[in-house]
Amino acid sequence: MSGERGAAATGDERTAGGVRTASGVTGAARIRAVPDGRGGTALPLLTGEGALAVRRTRTAPPGAAVTLVGAMSAPLGGDRLRVDVEVGAGARLTVGSAAATVALPGRERRPAAYDVRLTLAEDAVLHWLPEPVIAAAGSDLRMTMRAEVAPGALLVLREELVLGRHGEPPGRLVSRLTLTVDGRTVLDQELAAGRGAAPGWDGPAGLAGHRAAGQLLLVGAEGATLLPRVLTTRADAVQAAATPLAGAPATLVTALAPDARELRPLLIRTLHAALAPSPHPRPALATAP
Amino acid sequence: MSAALLLLADGRFPAGGHAHSGGAETAVAEGRITDAATLAEFCRGRLHTTGLVAAALAAAATAGADPLALDGAADARTPSPVLRAVSRRLGRQLLRAARAAWPSPALDRLGAARPRGAHQPVVLGVAARAAGLTPLDAARATAYEAVSSPATATVRLLALDPFESAAVLARLGPEVDAVAEAAEAAARRALSEGLDALPAASAPLLDIGAERHAAWPTRLFTS
Amino acid sequence: MHQDHPEVFPQRHTMSASGGGRRALRVGLGGPVGSGKTATVAALCRALRDEVAIGVVTNDIYTREDADFLLRQAVLAPERITAVETGACPHTAIRDDISANLEAVEDLEEQAGPLDLVLLESGGDNLTATFSKGLVDVQIFVIDVAGGDDIPRKGGPGVTTSDLLVVNKVDLAEHVGADLDRMATDAAAQRGGLPTVFTSVARGQGIEPVAAWIRERLARKAAGAA
Repeated sequence: MSGERGAAATGDERTAGGVRTASGVTGAARIRAVPDGRGGTALPLLTGEGALAVRRTRTAPPGAAVTLVGAMSAPLGGDRLRVDVEVGAGARLTVGSAAATVALPGRERRPAAYDVRLTLAEDAVLHWLPEPVIAAAGSDLRMTMRAEVAPGALLVLREELVLGRHGEPPGRLVSRLTLTVDGRTVLDQELAAGRGAAPGWDGPAGLAGHRAAGQLLLVGAEGATLLPRVLTTRADAVQAAATPLAGAPATLVTALAPDARELRPLLIRTLHAALAPSPHPRPALATAP
Repeated sequence: MSAALLLLADGRFPAGGHAHSGGAETAVAEGRITDAATLAEFCRGRLHTTGLVAAALAAAATAGADPLALDGAADARTPSPVLRAVSRRLGRQLLRAARAAWPSPALDRLGAARPRGAHQPVVLGVAARAAGLTPLDAARATAYEAVSSPATATVRLLALDPFESAAVLARLGPEVDAVAEAAEAAARRALSEGLDALPAASAPLLDIGAERHAAWPTRLFTS
Repeated sequence: MHQDHPEVFPQRHTMSASGGGRRALRVGLGGPVGSGKTATVAALCRALRDEVAIGVVTNDIYTREDADFLLRQAVLAPERITAVETGACPHTAIRDDISANLEAVEDLEEQAGPLDLVLLESGGDNLTATFSKGLVDVQIFVIDVAGGDDIPRKGGPGVTTSDLLVVNKVDLAEHVGADLDRMATDAAAQRGGLPTVFTSVARGQGIEPVAAWIRERLARKAAGAA
């Protein structure tokens, strides 16, 4: 696929995987999930255009599951990717991705954009659990993730950002995560890292040498607010805290790790603890330094 | 430069700041601040993230944006409950001092609407307006506080040479000014485009460190 | 500078923000580390708690140690005791920037209901630390004989200006070679007409004159308020 990317584009031009314009490749995926009337979830809208494809995957009822497939290798400089997910009242959906998204430097010096919008109606359930985004050396990616959640809905959102492939310096990555619950913004935060980010990003107040940053956002999950707030000790490789947000039943888990491999287990453990049916979901998580 | 700005930004203005380290106590204890160079990097990271956000909130408040809406925007930009509580406590303390220094109906209204304290940058912005200061003044005072608090605390925590600490702050001066200007520009955009135009830059280790600090059985600083 | 108010002397914002109603007598207790401030506070609570509603604010150098001591001693209900963290500068928190302490007092009065007496204990500091008049109505300075019998002669703001000087641990005087008569003479010389009492609080001696002094202050305040 990357060979096709090599053909320089002038103006609009159809390629095997996407629409190449003067401003780079565009890709858009749209998913709408609604109850199917038989206790399951139907997907009346499931489209992938350009660099993004979507596949319905096998799942246990009652929910539906979709896998995002990057039909082209990655966002390059100037590319614009967009994913819209709409989960109707009472529908249940899980979205994952087939592989990590690797941001690469493009021929153009402009940043790539990756925008995700998640909309959950009342009593909708969405698990957004894609593979990591990796900012390869020289890349420049701006991501926005906006989740609009209605009362009573359940959102589980995982985001893993990895700065550089193994042993290489990181590209630039700016990721803004915004959550509204019932129309009110309860979380708005941006992480900027890599070459060209504001000074101090890797210093003792920033990432301090960590190369993987993870977030787990749990909205409407009862167990989430019962998590211990301090999840790791200062001696652990992974640094993490679970912080209940103001004004909504939502908790944000923030984690930093030396690399992606060490990040995932902590996020999974925390997720299981938060969603466990037990009234005291506190498995092997440290509580104090 | 107005004398009122000097008073508002003075570390001896009785608004409670002396008991807070801006995350420096955790960073010192965890070996991330060990000398003037690492202190400067810590301050720089704080300045360009939470410092920028706080400065923009303050500038927007001075420019006349609704303080209660800004208070909500500050909540959304502060995922750590510990840091939210700290900001509100400092806001309450600042409000007390500001009401004595620059009596104003706007400060009275804010105190009545948020008796447990509004977020500190919002109070600072409203106080700056009451003192006849500009949004850029408020941004500057707030951005400076983002670096002066850890620098002052580190003098006590590490017995760092106070001249080195002052030199760190002096060298950061141009960056503080630049952040204040960016914050003021964002605040101006927020007035016309809505509060989503305010910056939301975050520093994960400051959030994680603040939560851990609050769980320590003994500490010198409140935060 | 912009001014949309007439120039009037601002009201005392350091007073309770809620305004009106009964306000407790605020008594500051300062003094060097180890002189027995916390033990004095505990003894005062035991002596006075059946007569008046008391709250305590401690200013610990290292967070809640003193508050925890008082809680363990169970001298008051837990909601009557609170701690202020002072950022390594205990004198700042009681003198130069009293905002955290004022808030702690107001929060105590809000949580525990109307109080008659709030005891504010400073973090152990040197001889120069005194309480702001914006924070306390009267202050007690606690020194001890083991700290040296020349402290009263040396003076300093705590010794010379406190409303009551307490010289504690008199039971140790002969062990440390302290001359109590000399201390009394020096204190009288330094303090004009202000009172000095000698106690051995940990031995259960001498708290009664201190409690009586506070009772008298409470009565004076009640009379003034009436």
